[in-house]
Amino acid sequence: MTIIICRCEDVTREDIIREIENGCRTLDELKHRLRLGMGPCQGRTCLMLAARILAQKTGQSVDELQWQTTRPLIVPVSLGTLGGERDD
Amino acid sequence: MIDHATVVIVGGGINGCALAYELSKRDIDVAVIERSILAGGATGRCGAGMRQQWSTRENIGLAMKSVSIFEELPEELQADVGLRQGGYLVVVHDEEGMAQAERNVELQRSLGLDVELLAPGEICDVVPILDVEGMEAIGATFCPSDGHADPFKTTYAYAEAAKRQGANLYRFTEVQDVLTDHGEVTGVRTDRGDIAAEYVVNAAGAWSKQIAAMADVKLPNVPTKKEILVTERMARVFEAMVISFKDGIYFSQQEEGQVLGGIPPPEKVTGYDDTATLGFLEHMSRTLIRYAPVLRHVRVLRQWTGYYDVTPDARPILGDVDGPHGFLQCNGFSGHGFMLAPIVARVLAQRIAGETPDADISGLRYDRFTEEDFEREQSVVG
Repeated sequence: MTIIICRCEDVTREDIIREIENGCRTLDELKHRLRLGMGPCQGRTCLMLAARILAQKTGQSVDELQWQTTRPLIVPVSLGTLGGERDD
Repeated sequence: MIDHATVVIVGGGINGCALAYELSKRDIDVAVIERSILAGGATGRCGAGMRQQWSTRENIGLAMKSVSIFEELPEELQADVGLRQGGYLVVVHDEEGMAQAERNVELQRSLGLDVELLAPGEICDVVPILDVEGMEAIGATFCPSDGHADPFKTTYAYAEAAKRQGANLYRFTEVQDVLTDHGEVTGVRTDRGDIAAEYVVNAAGAWSKQIAAMADVKLPNVPTKKEILVTERMARVFEAMVISFKDGIYFSQQEEGQVLGGIPPPEKVTGYDDTATLGFLEHMSRTLIRYAPVLRHVRVLRQWTGYYDVTPDARPILGDVDGPHGFLQCNGFSGHGFMLAPIVARVLAQRIAGETPDADISGLRYDRFTEEDFEREQSVVG
């Protein structure tokens, strides 16, 4: 059964496990290898799920994981709005 | 961890990993020491571009050789590196810029590069979404074989190939000292033990200055904060990277369809400040929609920062120093480390192996800054 973890970038549980077996130890490495959390939701859906898998597979607790830097924006905003144009 | 290697490379960015590949390919025993993760510094934060349109002979030659290697990398490393050659379009805004562009094109062509000057009416033939008036363009230059590659895929492709050839890569390991004895490098001290080595290569990006200081070598490099943003994905609307030396902007549509780009923040910030700013976000968005109005509807997903490791002439520092023998520099890329890595790694490996180098890098030695005149690279963005 295919389980999708990151819906924005189509990353499956199997993809994550494969990269952990290849040596990934941090969420940032999973991000770099798989684009996990790089889509429109910015990891809000997938990151906790991926963190659980990473923690289980590497024998750490979720609290011990090195977390990704949280980066702006909180929600996607158009270039027009950011550039000072009025929404019309 | 091993306790001896012929070469220890400090830094697991694109340059460190590419050099580990080139050395291990020559059966030279090599270890990479990275304090964080691979591509964790400037490599993984960069604009991913690959450009041959430079103003100095040396940079043009190096970049052309680098692009040739990039073209062969998928086969050589047996991996996808996300190579996309959609060209670089350099926008020209005024007479002074045009004079420089004409000089650049003449020099680039004399070195065999396929590059052309475009009239304003030809710009949209290359990148249809651009607004010639909005950009205040009086022309452009275009080189079709410029482009971009994926920094993560390229770094990992080099690292995996290096490991297959016997290289050791240690992440989460910090170099605390560069060990020397009577003017010779003898190894490094890390938080996981010492590694003896005949050569230590300083490829630590924006932290190279600190690594050099451990061997009493004083580098002029200044870490300089840069900001960048990325949008949501969309169908492909343009192929080329668009840049302007006057506005400092660069942007491209990456492999997956997102637009990625940067511009210098309104005020130059040096040192290790990595705060993403609203000022950049507004300035970049305003400039980007002036260049390509149709992008006003596209949403920004994320912004981040990174450092250029900037030298006084915006060119890298490569090779031997007037310090400990065997302490080699591979830093100071001033924003161009990713695109130059393939050729730089090859030439440094050739230096260590005692082979004839594919390119002359003697002009990029660290001691050039003691001379009164050094030629400054003019074609810098971001």
